[in-house]
Amino acid sequence: MGIEQLYIIILACIVAASCSLCGVFLILRRLALISDAISHSVLLGIVIAFFFVHDLNSPILILGATLTGVLMVYLTELLISSKRLKKDASIGLVFPLFFSISILLINLFAHDIHLDQDSVLLGEIAFTPFRLFSLWGLNLGPVSLWVMGVILLLNIAFVAAFYKELKLSTFDSGLATMLGFFPTFIHYALMSVVSITAVGAFESVGAILVVALMVVPPATAYLLSHRLSHMIALSLLFGILASLLGYLMAFLLDVSIAGSMAVMTGILFFLAFIFSPSQGILIKFLLYHKQRLLFSANMLLIQLLDHEGTHTEQTENTVSNLVIHMQWSYSFANKVVTYALQHGFVNRSNDFLTLTSLGREKARHVSVMDS
Amino acid sequence: MIAEFFQFNYTLTIVMAGAFILGISSGLLSSFAVLRQQSLLGDVISHAAFPGIAIAFLIMMTKDPLGLFFGAMVSGWIGTLFVNAIVRFTTLSYDAAFGIILSVFFGLGIVLLSYIQRVPSSEKAGLNSFLFGSASTMLYQDVITMALFSLIIILFIFLFWKEFKLLSFDPNFMSSLGFPVHKLNLLLTTLLVISIVIGLQMVGVVLMSAMVIAPAAAARQWTSHLGTMVLLSGFFGLLSGVIGTLFSNFIPHISTGPMIVVIVSFFVVVSLLFAPHRGLIWNWIQNYYYRSNIRANSMLVNMLLFSESQTDPYHCHQLSALTAIGRGPALRAMKELQRQQYVRNPEADLWGFTKRGYQKAQHLQATLFKDDHGY
Amino acid sequence: MNAKLIDDDCAVLVQDLTVAYREKPVLWDIDLKIPKGVLLAIVGPNGAGKTTLLRSIMGLIKPAAGNVSIFGQSIHQQKKSIGYMPQRGSVDWDFPTDALDVVMMGRYGHLGWFKRPSKTDKKLALDALDRVGMADFSHHQLNQLSGGQQQRVFLARALVQDADLYFMDEPFVGVDAVTEKTIIELLKELRNQAKTVVVVHHDLQTLSDYFDWVSLLNVRQIAYGSVKDVLTQENLKTTYGGRSAFLTANQSAHNQS
Repeated sequence: MGIEQLYIIILACIVAASCSLCGVFLILRRLALISDAISHSVLLGIVIAFFFVHDLNSPILILGATLTGVLMVYLTELLISSKRLKKDASIGLVFPLFFSISILLINLFAHDIHLDQDSVLLGEIAFTPFRLFSLWGLNLGPVSLWVMGVILLLNIAFVAAFYKELKLSTFDSGLATMLGFFPTFIHYALMSVVSITAVGAFESVGAILVVALMVVPPATAYLLSHRLSHMIALSLLFGILASLLGYLMAFLLDVSIAGSMAVMTGILFFLAFIFSPSQGILIKFLLYHKQRLLFSANMLLIQLLDHEGTHTEQTENTVSNLVIHMQWSYSFANKVVTYALQHGFVNRSNDFLTLTSLGREKARHVSVMDS
Repeated sequence: MIAEFFQFNYTLTIVMAGAFILGISSGLLSSFAVLRQQSLLGDVISHAAFPGIAIAFLIMMTKDPLGLFFGAMVSGWIGTLFVNAIVRFTTLSYDAAFGIILSVFFGLGIVLLSYIQRVPSSEKAGLNSFLFGSASTMLYQDVITMALFSLIIILFIFLFWKEFKLLSFDPNFMSSLGFPVHKLNLLLTTLLVISIVIGLQMVGVVLMSAMVIAPAAAARQWTSHLGTMVLLSGFFGLLSGVIGTLFSNFIPHISTGPMIVVIVSFFVVVSLLFAPHRGLIWNWIQNYYYRSNIRANSMLVNMLLFSESQTDPYHCHQLSALTAIGRGPALRAMKELQRQQYVRNPEADLWGFTKRGYQKAQHLQATLFKDDHGY
Repeated sequence: MNAKLIDDDCAVLVQDLTVAYREKPVLWDIDLKIPKGVLLAIVGPNGAGKTTLLRSIMGLIKPAAGNVSIFGQSIHQQKKSIGYMPQRGSVDWDFPTDALDVVMMGRYGHLGWFKRPSKTDKKLALDALDRVGMADFSHHQLNQLSGGQQQRVFLARALVQDADLYFMDEPFVGVDAVTEKTIIELLKELRNQAKTVVVVHHDLQTLSDYFDWVSLLNVRQIAYGSVKDVLTQENLKTTYGGRSAFLTANQSAHNQS
């Protein structure tokens, strides 16, 4: 592996870590799509700032971009508070306008610079090693690595310093206000951090895949954790894992690195969606079937108890009658009977079923609970 | 020279027809999307459609519009299914599910696109135009396909008008009437998918979502009647489609999608500010009126309390005394009351009821709360 | 008038409070003097502005007019002396956190910015959970708890705020009988420690058993004072209109027994 590839991998991990860190709070505040809106809006700030400084590497660009990100959030909230539009429509109106204006500005005045449309959407992480940062003649590695490193540190510092305040204002903003923690301030601070992160990440992975890194790893972590601290740790882990696996995939198949990273976040999410011990569909499926079996076994015992000692006992209390009477399939009826046999509730002779004393007691208990 | 002119006109005609169709179909559907609070679903569908386009191209190896439409539709549709599954089986909210599906599907699309770049085919060149939309690459057959699909949309809206209206207004009530709400929901979502897919080539994946929000957001300002709203939003849609394409045709380098979005957003801003009744400027004026009215009414009731301690209800009081029991800027309230001839101001600082004002105050005292809270 | 003297003993002093939405008054000209060390219920029909009154006293809603003072000072100066238990619907129950952590949030006000909770805070939180009978559930995730258990966790959180004045919004809604008993006993205990407790309440049947003071509210304050003075047929009729014939009949029967 050459140093260039190492640079790319490290950058991918730093981008993923920064995005998944602030993304945790977006998911918990149900603001996931604000990441989409912000990552599209920051372009306007970059373009406008570029017209002033004429230098794509100037830090003024990051400042301008952050400001437009926050401005977009402010305008969206203004629209919501005007009560003319619902929250979702308000979000969906402002950012496309910002994005459209910035594309038109590029079209009109800057169609020769490298801020072309494709790189905005797709990023250019593969070009990372070509822009190097040098100071007093020393080569200090790629510029984007430095920029993103600072942004990661900012994210870590923000979450560490305001951990308690972020948690409280996300969980119960009423109490946060009461205790004097200014939830609105926390909100806009978070939006600023998200904007800065989006600006940094967007150069590498493009506007839309910023969303993948901000939303999907935290959502995956959400399915697997019961504590905020665990969620943050898992989110970082999944973000970094997705970028490593994504790089591997891109390398093996010779396809887009950023796209592969997004696909990998999706695959990790899908796995959690199926296998999460508390929320996964597998566990829900198993529980459903277990409950259905338990319920059906109780039905069986009550049926047997009802007809025990009556003259219809010989015909009613048979496996074949269950199929007709309960509208069960043969295989399911057998499953229920096997369950009852294993627990010693019934005895079986060929087709005919009788209750054991344990089964009789259980049937009485269940029918009392029913009534 | 003449031949050139006709050539130019031919392209323009195609493009205008496309913009017209796109505007109508997305405008019509946007009313339902906005009213049912599914605005951002459009964003998800358009991004989720992207890998479908790439897969359809990989299968056919041509840019046959019908095939690409079909691929986009299937993939957009699968995206909405995944969204529903995530919301149903986990405690994640809709917006998280939207974010996940939108970005992962788009990522897959990017991967496929980068794979297609390496495939030797002369046809692949135009696929990028699905990102931002490009009117100039549109052909006669594209427009025919668009027209076909938008006719389907219009037909279904016409047939199921009553059902869709009820579905947007009160789905719970609807299911109590025995309508198959789930199936109708599916049908309306499918129509939304179709309307989005129609616009992809022209406006692009990234900005198509604006086309299923903005026309309805603008139309809603002018009317509270669903029929008028749907027609109006269709009109806003087609107008911005046509104007946007005209601009991008005559100004060099301009992309079609962003231009259309800027035009339609302009309609939204104008409607938000200036529409009667719901317009914000209208509202500011009204709020000012409400506030001064509340101030004035409460001053009248307070004066009544004050004058109950006097034998003469028309006795004049000092403003400072009234301020002590009243609230807010008393002088402004008094000036307003004087304008309406409810109070008189015989000396510099003395204020008292007029006859009219005394009656008004008694009336207020008796009825102010009855309307809302007397049972 | 000896208003000055009374004001000094007040936990909460509300003067001329008016809150309006557009032209419609939500609260109109409310005057309220809540003495220290009482258990006060705010009672009234739906839409009477009970929650609005609570939230405007706490400074969460900006009133159109009027003044609120807490222990003779503005709400901002007295934030630390106030404990708050919101309505159950107002928080996200799927938030990844456990009962102990939620109770610990009640200590945040004493910690201020940046500082982290210490061992003492944790001990206080565990004690509070114990007081509400939830000590065994400290590491349960919120959405695993029943409605009553969630409400007790919230009560514990209000307790660790160690306030002099408590505001509670409908604490008895959707809870089981055991929880209701636990909550009211704790509220009485707080009152006996000379703390002031203001509760938005909706159940007229339990009013005289649970509370000392009551404010009957329907946009305007209909009546205010000790429960036995205020809870008359006539006052209830004014508050609820004819609608509450059943409730009032029940109530007077209850009073006579």
